[in-house]
Amino acid sequence: MPLGAFILRRLGLGLLSLLGVSILVFLFLHVIPGDPVDQLAGGEATPEQRQKIEQCMGLDVSMPEQFWNFLGNVADRTLGHQCPDPKGKPTVAALIGDAFPHTVALALVGLAFAIVMALPLGIYAALRRGTWFDTLAAIGALSGIAIPNMLLGPLLLLWFFVDLGWLPGPFEVGPAAIILPAFAIGTHLMAMLARMTRSAMVEVLGEDYLRTARAKGLPERVVVWKHALRNAIMPVVTVAGLQFGSLLSGSIIIENVFARPGLGSLLLAAIRERNYPVVQGCVLVIAASYVLVNIAVDVAYGLIDPRVRRG
Amino acid sequence: MRAWQPGRWSPSVWVGAIMVAVFVLLGVFGPLLAPYPVGTRAMDLDHMYAPMSWSHWLGTDKSGVDTLSQLLHGAREALLLSTIVVGISATIGVTIGMIAGYARGFVDEAIMRVVDIFLAFPGLLLNIAIVAVVARPGLPLFIAALCANGWVGYARVARGQVLSLRERDYVMAARALGASTPRILFRHIAPNLIAPILVQVSLSFGNVIAAEASLSFLGLGPQVDHTWGAMLEQGTSFLWKPGFRHYALAAGAAIAWVVLAANLLGDGLRDRLDPRQRGRA
Repeated sequence: MPLGAFILRRLGLGLLSLLGVSILVFLFLHVIPGDPVDQLAGGEATPEQRQKIEQCMGLDVSMPEQFWNFLGNVADRTLGHQCPDPKGKPTVAALIGDAFPHTVALALVGLAFAIVMALPLGIYAALRRGTWFDTLAAIGALSGIAIPNMLLGPLLLLWFFVDLGWLPGPFEVGPAAIILPAFAIGTHLMAMLARMTRSAMVEVLGEDYLRTARAKGLPERVVVWKHALRNAIMPVVTVAGLQFGSLLSGSIIIENVFARPGLGSLLLAAIRERNYPVVQGCVLVIAASYVLVNIAVDVAYGLIDPRVRRG
Repeated sequence: MRAWQPGRWSPSVWVGAIMVAVFVLLGVFGPLLAPYPVGTRAMDLDHMYAPMSWSHWLGTDKSGVDTLSQLLHGAREALLLSTIVVGISATIGVTIGMIAGYARGFVDEAIMRVVDIFLAFPGLLLNIAIVAVVARPGLPLFIAALCANGWVGYARVARGQVLSLRERDYVMAARALGASTPRILFRHIAPNLIAPILVQVSLSFGNVIAAEASLSFLGLGPQVDHTWGAMLEQGTSFLWKPGFRHYALAAGAAIAWVVLAANLLGDGLRDRLDPRQRGRA
């Protein structure tokens, strides 16, 4: 497939996914049993109060019309208003706009941490295959995959904030306060990437072209870090990029544990307050970011490696 | 198949299988082994937050209920929930995937676009979006929420397999002999799906337990007593209480046990069945 066609197809599929995601997010509120108006109004609401809520949420018109309005809210970039009393409150988009940078920062630092830790671990384990270091790294990676996020977060707080007092605790937003949450959010990915790096390196180290590189007298350092790593690292970095979305959704738990502002905190607060437009907005924005990042990663990969475009 | 011969399994498979077996045994017999009753009737406000002792090996929780007994009852909940979710997801996913792979063309394209939409929700987001709409999600809705993204993995695996299997000579031969489509699908193709689906089943057991724990932790759980997730939620909110750390650790270790077991077994099986995939997580 030529490059232009590949990019167009990938973009088209991505847009299709985005449309599907909007339909699904819209449907959740209408298909899942339980009437949102009941939940917002409570048992003792008068018919007038109920009607007001219905009007505010736009539930008083036909389904296709509701969906059209929903798309309209996406198009005019307000993502809707907070119900039942929209007056004086920021639009959903404004709320998300405030929260989003915090979550992106957390996810990016988590991603950076995961890559920076995973690559050396994986490379070294591959070079020292079968030694105690390799075994230790494997055990560490498995533990990182198995330990639940919501246990790791509080444990980190307990050790580094309560017991040792080295790092800031919950409710703080300074640069140092991002270290623990980023560690907690990135550990799972770090473990995954370390395993991938190791196996990719092991595979590449057995290739003929490396034997050639050694045979022509290149120093081992160049062979490993330049020739081997360059081939092994591609799939690892791709997976890291594709996992960015899971970091965004991981923020729901981690922001909760560390009481940090962000999309996750906003989403949970909105769920507790039954603020459905905000719930819809948050879910939509997280899913859309994930789709966009995936498109970007795929296109970038297609640019670098022509073999990808075949599929 | 050579892959199924004993003695060819890696240690990862053995360790994983034994860990899974322990989990299943405790899930089946755990509540019978529990030294104390659990639930609201077992509340004992004279023995709240008891430390580890001979009478309560893992202490008690905020209502004086024995921790070990909760863990054992939680094992039953976890086993039931994950079996139901994995069963439903696998059935739906494999069926859809087989249809897509066998029909190809427009049907395949349409199904895969729907799969893409479900894949656009990273991690827990889809589960959260579903349970968030209801004030107190009951068990059926909770199971539905976990199945909502559970089926996708099965559909992809089944589709990929069927796409290649349908071109094999023996399938062509069956078709030439006049076998009907359902017969070809269930009689000739389905048996070859068992191995890759087993890998997926093993891996998704861990995912279901982890997802349940995460949702319960966020207060979006099925409100069933003594799931490990609910225990972890209680444990972490009292983690600061001196002498009470073991409660969260016990629940966390139980969850980690199943996730680890599922990963070891799943990865090991995949390596054995498909050496090209070795180590690709």
